[in-house]
Amino acid sequence: MTVFDIVKSFELKVRGGKDRLHEEVTGGYASDLLSDVIAHSRKGNIWVTIQTHPNIVAVATMKELAGIILTGGREPDVDTIQKAEEEGIPLLVSPLFTFELVGRLYQIGISGMSPC
Amino acid sequence: MLRTFRADLHIHSCLSPCGDEEMKPCAIVNQALAMGLDMIAICDHNSAENIAAFKSAGHERGLAVIPGMEVTSKEEIHLLALFDRQEDCLALQDLIYQNLPGENVEEVFGCQTVVNERDETIGINRKMLIGATLLPLEQIVSVVGSLRGVTIASHIDRQAFSLLGQLGFIPEGISLDGLEISIRTSKEEAQKRFHAYQRFSFVRFSDAHHLENIGKNITPFLLEETTSEEIKMALHHQEGRRVLEQ
Repeated sequence: MTVFDIVKSFELKVRGGKDRLHEEVTGGYASDLLSDVIAHSRKGNIWVTIQTHPNIVAVATMKELAGIILTGGREPDVDTIQKAEEEGIPLLVSPLFTFELVGRLYQIGISGMSPC
Repeated sequence: MLRTFRADLHIHSCLSPCGDEEMKPCAIVNQALAMGLDMIAICDHNSAENIAAFKSAGHERGLAVIPGMEVTSKEEIHLLALFDRQEDCLALQDLIYQNLPGENVEEVFGCQTVVNERDETIGINRKMLIGATLLPLEQIVSVVGSLRGVTIASHIDRQAFSLLGQLGFIPEGISLDGLEISIRTSKEEAQKRFHAYQRFSFVRFSDAHHLENIGKNITPFLLEETTSEEIKMALHHQEGRRVLEQ
């Protein structure tokens, strides 16, 4: 499944990085603490968060994530959009709150990792 | 005798990954003096390796430089810590370094340059200074207090990395000395929005990452001298010391 498939399934708004929607999604991670995302997300994950500042793009770049979905209709800061464009990180917005969106992602086959 | 000191106590140097490469001792001290400041503090993210260089650059030109640091708690809250003695600031740095995982990725977060008082590069810090420590906020506040430092919650009006953004409230009994309001929020607006926290002193600093922002948001203090101990007294309205209206 690609980022584009997720965008279509949930009618997400694309705020940045639209050239990279063909990336394959390996799984998902949901968290609002950047240190937690750095520690536990995996390459190719779609990241679900309410943080909107530019550091989320830095973290996604560092961890080679497939994209970021902002929930609850939160819009990214202007600098965040600019950075997402520069780094080619899909930046998506959903009106759903995190719990609901993650549940629906799971239903279409995006899963997380079990701690080992 | 008490007099007014214009202070910008939240400035990042080139050691902070997000700090501009121009943010070196002579350049910052000159800009601070040009902006009419009497006192600055260098508060890099989770490190104080540039404070000695800034202290001597300031000393040469008659600008007080307070050793400081902007610590990131495990809750990802930014907290300013200010000290009189460099060794106390470095003692805090030791604790931070023991509790700061990860290595910096320069291409993503930026370069972390250690400099001397002549603006020359003497090293590169490899730690992930932009990251969060493993220390809870209240522990950091209490450690800084025991090192006789001043604690100020950074930019509480911002959503990202602030006490109110991350927790939504100020925990009962926390012994913070003050709350910082960023340039984004006017004084009047801050009084209204943070009315519930009036028991704390509000201060305004620039949080400059670029030279042109130094001194753009400042706080005048009524003090006897430019020490963190005097600042602490001002934040608690003791012995005539206080934060002045701008």
